[in-house]
Amino acid sequence: MSRINQILKENKNLLSVFFTAGFPRLNDTEIIIKSLESNGVDFIEVGLPYSDPLADGPTIQHSSSVALANGMNLDIIFNQLEGLKDSIKVPLVLMGYLNQMIKYGEEKFCQRCKDCGIETVIIPDLPMIEYESHYQQLFASYNISNVFLITPQTSEERILKIDNITNAFIYVVASSSITGAKGEISSKQIAYFERIKKMNLKSTLIAGFGISDKSTFNTSCKYMDGAIIGSAFINYLNKNGTDTIAKFVKSIID
Amino acid sequence: MSYFVDKNGYYGQFGGAFIPELLYPNVKELEDNYLKILESESFKKEFKDLLDNYVGRPTPLYLAKRLSEKYGATIYLKREDLCHTGAHKINNTIGQILVAKHLGKKRIIAETGAGQHGVATATVCALMDLECIVFMGEVDIKRQATNVARMKMLGAKVIPAISGSKTLKDAANEAIRDWIGNPEDTYYLIGSVVGPHPYPDMVARLQSIISKEIKEQLKIQTGNENPDMIIACVGGGSNAAGAFYHYLDEKNVKLIAVEAAGLGVYSGESAATSLLGDVGVLHGSKTILMQDKYGQVIEPYSISAGLDYPGIGPLHAFLNESKRAEFMNATDQEALDAAYELTKIEGIIPALESAHALAVLPKMKLKKEQVIVINLSGRGDKDLETYISNLK
Repeated sequence: MSRINQILKENKNLLSVFFTAGFPRLNDTEIIIKSLESNGVDFIEVGLPYSDPLADGPTIQHSSSVALANGMNLDIIFNQLEGLKDSIKVPLVLMGYLNQMIKYGEEKFCQRCKDCGIETVIIPDLPMIEYESHYQQLFASYNISNVFLITPQTSEERILKIDNITNAFIYVVASSSITGAKGEISSKQIAYFERIKKMNLKSTLIAGFGISDKSTFNTSCKYMDGAIIGSAFINYLNKNGTDTIAKFVKSIID
Repeated sequence: MSYFVDKNGYYGQFGGAFIPELLYPNVKELEDNYLKILESESFKKEFKDLLDNYVGRPTPLYLAKRLSEKYGATIYLKREDLCHTGAHKINNTIGQILVAKHLGKKRIIAETGAGQHGVATATVCALMDLECIVFMGEVDIKRQATNVARMKMLGAKVIPAISGSKTLKDAANEAIRDWIGNPEDTYYLIGSVVGPHPYPDMVARLQSIISKEIKEQLKIQTGNENPDMIIACVGGGSNAAGAFYHYLDEKNVKLIAVEAAGLGVYSGESAATSLLGDVGVLHGSKTILMQDKYGQVIEPYSISAGLDYPGIGPLHAFLNESKRAEFMNATDQEALDAAYELTKIEGIIPALESAHALAVLPKMKLKKEQVIVINLSGRGDKDLETYISNLK
């Protein structure tokens, strides 16, 4: 069983944190990953900065622009992650846009993921139908699981289909919106979480988009198996740099 | 070989709907309904009525005698520049606003580069009394103050896109992000044959009125509905798609798509996607686009704001790959020269975009008996400042 699936299976109230590779500085990857790991983050999403991130709000867009200006690219991040592979245990999930993978070469992308010990990817603009017809076999041959998103608008039928082809977790988008910190979780969102929970899906459910602090994390964990914090962490890094990451993580799970 | 979209939304390897799950219901709703709506009697009747009586169709097919004499061929201009609001863009916005109404949408969003599609969208929203929000790059807002004012006068809200390079591609990104956040009441009115399926096909169908009219008019004027050649400029490619549409299967009609070469194809300041781009995904469809070796989208350049788009529609990517269309290009200077020439010898000031289509005439070996149709997609009022400042 992959490391991430072991963690997904055994743990509850999973905390995942997202950061953009190359932000705030090109070589912050190691300190960010190790600080998050040592402070108890269960798995980490590594965002590949992209020029046109359709599903992302202003915070992640900005961090992507900075990272690209810092010179981050796929070769550099794969080299950084490969170098870290033996000194970390925390599972990494790679999040990037489809065009990056196509241009890099799909095989080569998968091979480099394998070299880095990455077993899970999130490609938000890779739709299920394209995944099934073009990528499922390729990913499987490299032991890579693809994470699918569901939203308040996703039909029950489609959720069941996603549950069926998923072998990692389902990314439960907490609201119909792009990424970004939004404050509290509304009663409408809770009703949606409850509806998903009642479906008794086989997959682990991780909430994301708009989860920003202890309160929104705890609320999400009442219904889901865990949650992902992205923009709030990017904002924190933007303000405080990489020295006090422990403080950020403790503000959520202590 | 079919040049029309297949049942999965593809033109050969190009097209599809590469959209985040967040947009799936919106795009699926449109995909499930667009053909039903477009083929319904009520839509057809209303669309035709508005095209005839509001837009001013059919637009003339004009035999440009002096231009013909100059280049030694028989050259017709399809006068889309005479459409209401000044360009072919309104054919599409009229059609899509009717689709939006059929779907019961209350809020219309659009992206715009130079502002032509924004104005055409604001116009139909005023006509239909629908809320209109136009995303426009912050850089373009400064460059196109008149069109911004027109949109506001028409009642639209213009929101600056401040992400990325702050131009057309970023305006499209912002519109898509807005749509993600407003999945139920909002209709995204795309301005070209780009975006996820079914947009490229829907926009091509709505613009196909151009080639339908060319066929009818050419038959009357020459006895033959097929010209030897059709020339149109391509940014995203909606006017070219419309001008080519009913000729796609007529193999003896040569199709020429003209891209903007900016300061020169390989100058680093260009928008000649067919030469500089390769396969990838942009704004929800697989196409060819200008990108670096890591797949980051490159900001294109052209003097013409309607042509500086880093991709081309998937239909055009396929026409290029299959060699059904020949892709040519024209630099800023060649387009300016062509615009000044048409103004002087035919008394028509073309849009800078359309001037690119005219600008390939001197590069071709033509024969007197050859019949050529150039799609004059828009008029040059919006470009007067550029024309004046470049006059020598």
